Amino acid sequence: MAAAAELTLLEKSLGLSKGNKYSAQGERQIPVLQTNNGPSLTGLTTIAAHLVKQANKEYLLGSTAEEKAIVQQWLEYRVTRVDGHSNKEDIRTLLKDLNSYLEDKVYLTGYNFTLADILLYYGLHRFILMKPRHRLVRNW
Amino acid sequence: MRLFVSEGAPGSLPVLAAAGRAQGRAELLISTVGPEECVVPFLTRPKVPVLQLDSGNYLFSTSAICRYFFLLSGWEQDDLTNQWLEWEATELQPALSAALYYLVVQGKKGEDVLGPVRRALTHIDQSLSRRSCPFLAGETESLADVVLWGALYPLLQDPAYLPEELGALHSWFQTLSSQEPCQRAAETVLKQQGVLALRPYLQKQPQPGSFEGRAVSNEPEEEELATLSEEEITMAVTAWEKGLESLPPLRPQQNPVLPVPGERNVLITSALPYVNNVPHLGNIIGCVLSADVFARYSRLRQWNTLYLCGTDEYGTATETKAMEEGLTPQEICDKYHAIHANIYRWFNISFDIFGRTTTPQQTKITQDIFQRLLTRGFVLEDTVEQLRCERCARFLADRFVEGVCPFCGYEEARGDQCDKCGKLINAIELKKPQCKVCRSCPVVKSSRHLFLDLPKLEKRLEEWLGKTLPGSDWTPNARFIIRSWLRDGLKPRCITRDLKWGTPVPLEGFEDKVFYVWFDATIGYLSITANYTDQWERWWKNPEQVNLYQFMAKDNVPFHGLVFPCSALGAEDNYTLVSHLIATEYLNYEDGKFSKSRGVGVFGDMAQDTGIPADIWRFYLLYIRPEGQDSAFSWTDMLLKNNSELLNNLGNFINRAGMFVSKFFGGYVPEMVLTSDDRRLVAHVTLELQHYHQLLEKVRIREALRSILTISRHGNQYIQVNEAWKRIKGSEADRQRAGTVTGLAVNIAALLSVMLQPYMPTVSATIQAQLQLPLPACSILLTNFLCTLPAGHQIGTVSPLFQKLENDQIESLRQRFGGGQAQVPPMPAVVEAAATAAPRQVQVLMDEVARQGNIVRELKAQKADKNQVAAEVAKLLDLKKQLALAEGKPLETPKGKKKK
Repeated sequence: MAAAAELTLLEKSLGLSKGNKYSAQGERQIPVLQTNNGPSLTGLTTIAAHLVKQANKEYLLGSTAEEKAIVQQWLEYRVTRVDGHSNKEDIRTLLKDLNSYLEDKVYLTGYNFTLADILLYYGLHRFILMKPRHRLVRNW
Repeated sequence: MRLFVSEGAPGSLPVLAAAGRAQGRAELLISTVGPEECVVPFLTRPKVPVLQLDSGNYLFSTSAICRYFFLLSGWEQDDLTNQWLEWEATELQPALSAALYYLVVQGKKGEDVLGPVRRALTHIDQSLSRRSCPFLAGETESLADVVLWGALYPLLQDPAYLPEELGALHSWFQTLSSQEPCQRAAETVLKQQGVLALRPYLQKQPQPGSFEGRAVSNEPEEEELATLSEEEITMAVTAWEKGLESLPPLRPQQNPVLPVPGERNVLITSALPYVNNVPHLGNIIGCVLSADVFARYSRLRQWNTLYLCGTDEYGTATETKAMEEGLTPQEICDKYHAIHANIYRWFNISFDIFGRTTTPQQTKITQDIFQRLLTRGFVLEDTVEQLRCERCARFLADRFVEGVCPFCGYEEARGDQCDKCGKLINAIELKKPQCKVCRSCPVVKSSRHLFLDLPKLEKRLEEWLGKTLPGSDWTPNARFIIRSWLRDGLKPRCITRDLKWGTPVPLEGFEDKVFYVWFDATIGYLSITANYTDQWERWWKNPEQVNLYQFMAKDNVPFHGLVFPCSALGAEDNYTLVSHLIATEYLNYEDGKFSKSRGVGVFGDMAQDTGIPADIWRFYLLYIRPEGQDSAFSWTDMLLKNNSELLNNLGNFINRAGMFVSKFFGGYVPEMVLTSDDRRLVAHVTLELQHYHQLLEKVRIREALRSILTISRHGNQYIQVNEAWKRIKGSEADRQRAGTVTGLAVNIAALLSVMLQPYMPTVSATIQAQLQLPLPACSILLTNFLCTLPAGHQIGTVSPLFQKLENDQIESLRQRFGGGQAQVPPMPAVVEAAATAAPRQVQVLMDEVARQGNIVRELKAQKADKNQVAAEVAKLLDLKKQLALAEGKPLETPKGKKKK
């Protein structure tokens, strides 16, 4: 899924109505959002966090310091590890790690659904469906 | 909270700086772990720094840890900071880790290091100056500044890597570096050793993927079945049905092999092994074996192929060896040439010629090229300062001096090149030089020498490269090495030496000198061919018709890609120059290097004594071929690959397919009626076969081997799903189905035997004998999967192909070849030993600290008596001190670790 399509999907699920236009930058097609009242924003997770705030759903970024840091950690994981030029071996490791991380959790931060869950889900979508092994990742 | 750090891990910098800035640091415990320790239970790969929170959660991202410290002190997240941190993680880090790896681990300098990060540095500089803010996210220093500063500090603290023209970056960096928390973090992590303090950590990290070529993956792609169109399936099945008919007649064997106009003529060379060393597994995979796979593949394609190699015999090393053993140099060469030849014969290397460089042809051709260079003005004369060992009464050849590398400080640098950083060295530049024979310190003396005027030839070289490189299969490392040489500018290169054992220099005043081996060693290929056929020039002066593939380890690239082409271009005699230069990275042994002197590693002559067949060695070495990155030979892994890939996958499939034919169908291949599933399988196998061809045409040997294993995996699944062994006992329709499955399976086995031929020639021949595969089908591999064993074909006796390797067998081999000693790598041993000296004790103390911490917290919560609290706090502090001691790691006092 191209980043722009992903962000549009996120806008919908956040209940944002106006629909932003995104451009893409460079060879990795990094999304760029031109905001009305400021400079443009670049990067998938940056824009996503911005949209969450726009929709007044800050709780999706975590409520405590710990949750906030964890949400950002997994957002970073999404853009560095999941979107990297992953080969099969990496994907396998990644799913295995995630599976054991989720062993005792419902969502990435524990019990609260956050933006990290949404973006990691979008990012992993294409791999998970084929891998019955990673039961926990799938349930999540 | 507990923060886990590791000596020299760059992530510690921003984390410590952020921790220093934020409040409430009192609760932060710091533990040092080894660079390969897995702290986070759910992560497969080691990662530091890591922050374990009181809730038990882990933060394993450097930025997230820093963010957490900032959040604790009341800071609020904002878009601009998020943007900087996302940029840091996705853009800056990949570039920076490449740069740091080049600098710290490979000892590179200048533009090699700055190149990868220049764009990122410019981006920061522009952002700072455009917004005319002193800090990244505004008027005050904030999270983004700390994270980026911490990432950049190891590199930028060396003014050489902080480009002056980037003024805004400059002042931002200086401002941050002068702040107290940053300063303290820098002292703790770099210990005033500068960037080299990162070495114990970075050395343990895999080399970051070549920064420019990030998209190229070395791992096999998707094993999932691709979707096929009806058309593809029909084409594959049509080709299959044509069977043996579509095979062209076999090429008649020629002797000698000569280029044929209008055909694809492939000339393959493997780097010439130096005669007085027994080659180790790394040498074997690096050139001889890799070239062999390609030569065999090339013959399977019916390309007109000549594969040559030989021993490189001239030079002082030989002279010295001769003295040691009380023989003449010629006798030494004869002796070791035979040893080499035997080893390669045992490994089943299919040379057309395995020659040597000490022949009259070598003298003739070398002198001819030299004369032509001389007449055309490409030879200079100059006086050279040279190392002379007074005790041995002779000038020391490069290989006979050892000392400290002037570039990277590696202690065992040779006189011509440093094994560590790969830079070429002028022997007199070595620090603390030593004569390798008598260990005394040589003196500098001057002597007249001849030089190849490379600067004058540079333009021709660039023109040639410009024509040759695009679209060729030069490996990325070879391109990179040549590019960096050209960027640094070529210098005249000395081509003579004060020796006796070499090709004489045909020039007055130089009667007592010989050519330097690196001028004439590459000419060895020509002279070896000339000893094979008097029509050698049809191969070597025929660039239009000949495709030259040269195989070597990467340290040989400059001589094959630069020095020889320059000599040949300067000689103006229409020489055939390398079309595809195939260079491997290095193979390590277990966790260290192969070392003859320390008896570590497997050497060519020992492999035969292990009882493990040559083909198994070939398979494993090719499976781990250092293609694109360094790799390591590991006994355990060899056992694993043998037992899983060969025995359970490949061997199992081929054996079952054959056994079904003999057991259920009396040894005759049954009738096959392909269902749509079977047709699909034929198409999938065809596709994988084509993938194999694509890879081998690009000399991606290791990856192509994966295709073979993939096909056999498909085969195993196919047999499993269709349960031929059950159906054979069922109805007529079931019996027919069993026949089709068996027939198709045994044909896949036949195909595999041919695909396997370049890798495991003996196993391939065994399979073909068992299946009685018709002759042309054994020696030709087309791009389509054919039915080469038609219904009614009688096969021979089927027997198992591979043997299981047992743990104790492998364990005793590991002991024997010293891998055990190499398990504790020499350099970082100090660090790790200290950090993990008594892990149990550390664990006990950690638990106690945690327990005591709880007691203190509870007392405080209950607002207990002050004295009581103080007493418990004292206990806690004492425990923490003990813990720090046990971990060998009070962070405040640098341990003063010395480089080896």
